Amino acid sequence: MGRVAPSFEEVGGKQQPAVGLGETVSRTVSELRVAYESGRTRSLEWRQSQLRGLLRLLAEEEAAAFRALREDLGKHHAEAYRDELGVLVKSANAALREVWVPLIAFPARAQLEPQPLGVVLVFSCWNVPLGLSLEPLIGAVAAGNAVALKPSELAPATAKFLGDNIGKYMDATAVKVIQGGPEVGEQLMEHRWDKVLFTGSPRIGRVVMAAAAKHLTPVALELGGKCPCIFDTLGGSARDLQTAVNRVVSGKWSSCAGQACLAIDYVLVEERFVPVLIKAIKSTLKRFFTDSDHMARIVNARHFQRLSGLLKDTSVAASVLHGGKLDAKNLCIEPTILLNPPLDSAIMTEEIFGPLLPIITVKKIEDSIDFVKARPRPLAVYAFTKNAALRRRIVEETSSGSVTFNDAVVQYGIDSLPFGGVGESGFGQYHGKHSFEMFSHKKAVLTRGYLIELSARYPPWDGSKISMMRQLYRYNYVGFVLTFLGLKK
Amino acid sequence: MAARGGVGVEADVAALRAQFAAGRTRGAEFALKNLKKWMKPQKVSASLMTFPSTAMVTAEPLGVVLVISAWNYPFSIAAGNAVVLKPSEVAPATSSLLAELLPQYVDSTCIKVVEGGVAETTALLEQKWDKIFYTGNGKIGRIVMASAAKHLTPVVLELGGKCPVVVDSNVDLHVTAKRIAAGKWGCNNGQACISPDFIITTKSFAPKLLEALGKVLEKFYGDEPLRSSDLSRIVNSNHFNRLKKLMDDENVSDKIVFGGQRDEHQLKIAPTIFMDVPLDSGIMKEEIFGPLLPIITVDKIHESFALINSMTKPLAAYLFTKDSKLQEQYEAGISAGGMLVNDTVVHLTNQYLPFGGVGESGIGAYHGSFSFEAFSHKKAVLVRGFAGEAAARYPPYSTAKLKILRGVLKGNLGSMIQAILGFPRGK
Repeated sequence: MGRVAPSFEEVGGKQQPAVGLGETVSRTVSELRVAYESGRTRSLEWRQSQLRGLLRLLAEEEAAAFRALREDLGKHHAEAYRDELGVLVKSANAALREVWVPLIAFPARAQLEPQPLGVVLVFSCWNVPLGLSLEPLIGAVAAGNAVALKPSELAPATAKFLGDNIGKYMDATAVKVIQGGPEVGEQLMEHRWDKVLFTGSPRIGRVVMAAAAKHLTPVALELGGKCPCIFDTLGGSARDLQTAVNRVVSGKWSSCAGQACLAIDYVLVEERFVPVLIKAIKSTLKRFFTDSDHMARIVNARHFQRLSGLLKDTSVAASVLHGGKLDAKNLCIEPTILLNPPLDSAIMTEEIFGPLLPIITVKKIEDSIDFVKARPRPLAVYAFTKNAALRRRIVEETSSGSVTFNDAVVQYGIDSLPFGGVGESGFGQYHGKHSFEMFSHKKAVLTRGYLIELSARYPPWDGSKISMMRQLYRYNYVGFVLTFLGLKK
Repeated sequence: MAARGGVGVEADVAALRAQFAAGRTRGAEFALKNLKKWMKPQKVSASLMTFPSTAMVTAEPLGVVLVISAWNYPFSIAAGNAVVLKPSEVAPATSSLLAELLPQYVDSTCIKVVEGGVAETTALLEQKWDKIFYTGNGKIGRIVMASAAKHLTPVVLELGGKCPVVVDSNVDLHVTAKRIAAGKWGCNNGQACISPDFIITTKSFAPKLLEALGKVLEKFYGDEPLRSSDLSRIVNSNHFNRLKKLMDDENVSDKIVFGGQRDEHQLKIAPTIFMDVPLDSGIMKEEIFGPLLPIITVDKIHESFALINSMTKPLAAYLFTKDSKLQEQYEAGISAGGMLVNDTVVHLTNQYLPFGGVGESGIGAYHGSFSFEAFSHKKAVLVRGFAGEAAARYPPYSTAKLKILRGVLKGNLGSMIQAILGFPRGK
């Protein structure tokens, strides 16, 4: 059992132009097709064995997984467990428990039969490298597909972890890990797939979809956006305020140091409330991040440059209220709060994906709805409020992948809620049963008997046949019967 | 009033966006059965992990959608979107009728008809839409999807394919023949995406099936089918010539066992049946979309599966049999948009079944509630309270906290209680 040929593995961060990359990829794809055509992946037993294999992997190699995530992102193993491994264990167990896997029963009159799509491709992302690889994998195998998984080369330790272990714990002929950078991605997209799930930036999302269009390959794109957090006054309860601030701080800095598609990007709050909020955030930051060990680092130098660049603009720099210290050697940026940076600055127009939190003030909290509406639709909208009317307006007037009130990011772990974007934040949803459906084709199957024959549908046609059809389509059964019996025209 | 492509299109789209943003499309009331039910948010179980909380999924309109080849528009409107319809220019009378009448019956500030051909469609595709719904062929489907990719627009593509009909010998022959004939020639004379494209049956059964089909065809269209008013004509001379070419192929023309008559002047082709044309002939490689019906014979009926699986996945796969085992095998072994046993085409009318393709036959589905879903975004909404604050989830992390987190994620009730009660205390 082995992983895919390492001939195109990245070496030391630089791409080696691999000899025969195209051929290697083609070979991998055909092996997956052969595995799928054999029918093996469709049985209930196979799917269950894959899910169990994955659970064993997560249990037996937990320490190695933690090490890989620490190496790639400086992620504390508690965060890694809370956001990645723990969620995966939960999802795999749920998939095993649920009866989505269809029993091939004798067809009833009309039914929807979910069938695997065939051979699917999953592109993962570097920030939640285990979670974004394996959560889709759970859905894909539960649905009976053969799977190619391409982890992000920007989280190489995790990519290697996956490459080393997936083949050991799962069916290596039908579940393959493919290593490499953009050129491997390009090669992969030269082929037709039965589905492609891409998690990443809108820019690459466009490239993936355009390539998919050549083969009519259906795609799902999990992109990002600027997830706003509307922070209302909470009726004066100090305890509730602290709870809310805990969740905001956690939703920003405890989520891979803000490098998460669901992380809070910026906060909207009423002007008069700013001092209270900032004081609370500062004290909470102090309490949570007693040492740098408890917050992830920036993934690489390029992103570190990008984030430092956001602060270089003089009017942006002037708006920094707290933090701002940059440690290029260790790729660490301390939690930074900004107050009203210019709305046309990069930090307010691009997804931040880092530990910088702009606070934007509004006159009254309802104004934040217009603010959010005027901008591209994000993956999530957050709001901390006890005002039911405001809640309703936010749900009805804003559009986003999801909305969470009085917390942040936790919706990710809830199986019953579909996870995905809308508009610029993407399309396609998964998690829980939605993962199964994302990688299935719901085939409509209708069975008829020979007994009932409706002559009205056959030519030669005349007035009474047409009347009968009209009545049927209007569910006018009485009229239909009368016409049929010749008692009505 | 219908607009023409180019600059007018851009202005139209901007106007539609304004209407949508102003919330004008949300109150659209249509007498669609079940609409109210579909619009209601669906409560889902929030997990114990986020106790206390309530969770639901609510359907919201996507925004401004483009529907090309338009007869499915009512559903996009039901979902609350602003819509541009681009009817097929291949049916010009229908297109202008739609353009003229629709604005008289609906809110034309939110629903527009744009007529035209390639130029207008190209101009429309350059705009940014919140969804594009295209019905047509794979070649244009690819172009539509590639354009959509530039704006990250999700698409529904209803394409075609060669819908096979497998006919077992264990059937009610007369009814089978009628239903195949109705599905093939009764639906626009074979010019429908779900028309039976070709038949596969056993060598021994083929003559009987052919005889039955012949009898039925005579009953439907008389002995001079080109003169029957119940037979649709071919839509235009391009398609007429395309079909003529398929029929006149030297390896195919001698396989005609029924029909073959045509009238170029009227653009009519009579129901024509072929016996065992070569599998690599044009008529077996492209979607026929016309009144030509090849019958391919095999020794054993199960051989039909391999033949069908060697082709791209069709929009519909049909099977006529009374053998329940064969039925089960067909269902499990053939992938198609939809499947119908012992009839053709009518699965389209079942509003509880989604209608759509897979693989080359398309992406996405519609009909009934599936249409509503196709044009909606299912937004997840989670409402939490402030009670049940779980210190275990926040840094600074500790072994004790991790232990509780593990328990919570495994669904361990004891851990959850500890988490909710704020353990470990003092951090």
